Amino acid sequence: MSFISYLVTGISLGSVYAIIALGYTMVYGIAKMLNFAHGDVIMIGGYVVFVAVSNLGINPYVAILISMAVCTVLGVVVEKVAYKPLRNASPLAVLITAIGVSYLLQNVALLIFGSDTKAFTSVVTMKNITLFDGQLIIPGVAVVTVLACIVIMIGLSLFIKKTKAGRAMVAVSEDKGAAQLMGINVNGTISLTFAIGSGLAAIAGVLLCSAYPSLTPYTGAMPGIKAFVAAVFGGIGSIPGAMIGGILLGIIENLSKAYISSQMADAIVFAVLIIVLLVRPTGILGKNIQEKV
Amino acid sequence: MIMMSEQKKTKGKLKLNKVTKNDLITYLMVVIAYVIVEILLKTGNLSSLLQGLLVPLCTYVILAVSLNLTVGILGELSLGHAGFMCIGAFSSALFSLGLKDSIANEGLRFFIAILVAAASAALCGILVGIPVLRLKGDYLAIVTLAFGEIIKNIINAIYLGVDSHGIHISMTDTMSLGLEPDGKVLIKGAQGITGTPHDSNFTIGVVLILLSLIIINNLVHSRTGRAVMSIRDNRIAAESVGINITKYKMIAFTISASLAGVAGALYSHNLSTLTALPKNFGYNMSIMILVFVVLGGIGNMRGSVIAAVILTLLPELLRGLNNYRMLIYAIVLIAMMLFNWSPRTVAWKEKMAEKLKRTKKEEV
Amino acid sequence: MALLEVKNLGISFGGLRAVNAFDIEIEKGQLYGLIGPNGAGKTTIFNLLTGVYKPDEGIIKLDGENITGKKAIDINKAGIARTFQNIRLFKDMSVKDNVKVGLHNHHPYSTLEGILRLPRYFKVEKEMDERAMELLKVFDLDREADLLASNLPYGKQRKLEIARALATDPKLLLLDEPAAGMNPNETKELMDTIRFVRDKFDMTILLIEHDMKLVSGICEKLTVLNFGEVLKQGDTSTVLNDPQVITAYLGE
Repeated sequence: MSFISYLVTGISLGSVYAIIALGYTMVYGIAKMLNFAHGDVIMIGGYVVFVAVSNLGINPYVAILISMAVCTVLGVVVEKVAYKPLRNASPLAVLITAIGVSYLLQNVALLIFGSDTKAFTSVVTMKNITLFDGQLIIPGVAVVTVLACIVIMIGLSLFIKKTKAGRAMVAVSEDKGAAQLMGINVNGTISLTFAIGSGLAAIAGVLLCSAYPSLTPYTGAMPGIKAFVAAVFGGIGSIPGAMIGGILLGIIENLSKAYISSQMADAIVFAVLIIVLLVRPTGILGKNIQEKV
Repeated sequence: MIMMSEQKKTKGKLKLNKVTKNDLITYLMVVIAYVIVEILLKTGNLSSLLQGLLVPLCTYVILAVSLNLTVGILGELSLGHAGFMCIGAFSSALFSLGLKDSIANEGLRFFIAILVAAASAALCGILVGIPVLRLKGDYLAIVTLAFGEIIKNIINAIYLGVDSHGIHISMTDTMSLGLEPDGKVLIKGAQGITGTPHDSNFTIGVVLILLSLIIINNLVHSRTGRAVMSIRDNRIAAESVGINITKYKMIAFTISASLAGVAGALYSHNLSTLTALPKNFGYNMSIMILVFVVLGGIGNMRGSVIAAVILTLLPELLRGLNNYRMLIYAIVLIAMMLFNWSPRTVAWKEKMAEKLKRTKKEEV
Repeated sequence: MALLEVKNLGISFGGLRAVNAFDIEIEKGQLYGLIGPNGAGKTTIFNLLTGVYKPDEGIIKLDGENITGKKAIDINKAGIARTFQNIRLFKDMSVKDNVKVGLHNHHPYSTLEGILRLPRYFKVEKEMDERAMELLKVFDLDREADLLASNLPYGKQRKLEIARALATDPKLLLLDEPAAGMNPNETKELMDTIRFVRDKFDMTILLIEHDMKLVSGICEKLTVLNFGEVLKQGDTSTVLNDPQVITAYLGE
């Protein structure tokens, strides 16, 4: 029974990774950059809900909406100010800038909220599910997280396939120049991608903090990096890939914690990344792109 | 005829000077800074706070110039530099602690310890480099970060002891080492290594800085350095003129790792207790070193030295600034990149350069 | 025996047949042109010859040695050097250092000798400097030796690429659109340089070019490529007056 219980928490954690990885994968697909700061948007999302609920006494569901709005604006502003001017710069410059933005967000949060850990009150009110006479307890948060992840993935897939804006995203990720010539607003599409990714990050933040109720300025950094691992694992640029990669990674992490060593769990997750990149650099569902000479 | 050959000679000399002159200025700067600090020390004009900063400062300078070899000369972003430093720190501390009684001469012991650090970090650099250097750009950056974290995690989980039967290693706890009563535990997992001899000092630190600078500068201005830079500038063209990509990437990466190991030895022999925390060996440290490199100018060794010194001293000197230290680093990173690459600032810089040229001409 | 012998070379990308049943024979010392409309597969052939792509089938022999499927560095060592259509210089290195990278394999000393600055370092570096300046002089680039390669004007960048390729001491030199982006004066000067290179270094040259004045002015033999296949092969004047070739270029 304990194995199933570990598996369930693994899937739940993996679902959070999957939601974060969606943001990574969309931005990587379109802007061809590793948005290192994506993980820290999660942390900001968590703080917004924390302040709204604990300090201002706002209804948790309204707080989530506010948090999504704040993160969406944040994502778009970061893109416009820091990334857009560097669209034709060397990849090294873009990556360094993204690292800078990540640090900026962490340290602004540190100055505003301090370094002490905030106890986050879960916004999920669903009761735990008890099965097999109490031998297996499935936390309500886990159920909500997995459901949220599935809903988001289906919604996002439909959005990309069925709407004009979604198809524009695909076009821009294939070929910016050609998309521009076809009358697509490339800058607008990139902003929209950052907006969606950051909005999702807010949801991920709330779910993450509900499952692991401690919040510090560094809360987002590690899950962010792991979510990138998940995105690479699943195949960067692929939405179902992000979902599969995230959930697999969550399971791997939780089972290693339970059966191998809690200290080594992170090392094992990173080892997965290295193995995937060496054996199949394009991930489970990724496409192969060759450099033109 | 004689005059011509003379002219040629001086011309040749001048050219040689031009390449090495720049490097010599850097070395001279380091020496002058060292002399000034020594005078301040002797006359008692250096606060104890600053005295405590001297060895860490040397560590950061070595880390910055060695990372600049990977970022500026090889052109790949490594976020795992602190991992190599960690290997160097622990291997050398382990060596010194284990042989504290066998080698009485401090200087000799530390010298060998530094070699141990350089060798183990280089070995680790080769092991990491084989898979990592096949990747490019963002993937390479994230995998080096992953390796750095793996190294830190493993070291945090290792228990190591010695007794009359030899070395015992465990990944669970001290008890499972199964040591005899006379045995000694050297690495205690997350509690790290305690009792490393205090062999580091400022003078050794400066000597190591100079050595690192000489190694890197000489490398850059050699056949090997040109091969490495050609890969950075255009991999396909480098291959087309017969440059062995893997070999030269590997050489640069390994030398960079091994110098980070040397910095680790300097670091660990300055502390009585050495633990692998996210603060000193995590990717935050790697990124801090990257800030030094970026601010000093990517590929500019002298810049790395200056940036490492200023960014370490400034927050310590201006009290109250320390809280804003990381914030300042973050803004520095973003601002430097935007200034160097944004089309608007690039156009502005060109305009200013044009203006400067014109005014100079008018003056003439 | 021909210096370069290629038989039945072919490659596909996905389902697209980029080059099919390509044959060519180039004699030592020849100045050979490879022409054809855009997208005919000319650069792909260069990439196959230099090991950037591996051919699906066919044999490439250089001076009797089978080099099919070898890696780019080994093909360069075997004796083929090239330039690129979209210039690929080492931008952040000096003009002289660009050429010195080309000299890399012919003037060896070890990394350690370089770091420790042992006598051999000074000796070999001096040899390299002299040889590099010699080559730069051929292309009238000696005065710009210390400039960054990216600061050279366009026409000189193309020349520097040729100098760098020659530095590897090749048997066969491949030039991919050497006159692209040059004005008529520069093109004329380039033609003289190419001829000079052939005579002075006793070089065999295969070039891709769209500028017909250059092609008819210096090439002795031509191969016309269309849709990845050889349309015509032979002496320059015969080929250029062939009705099929004219149709391929001008359309129906």
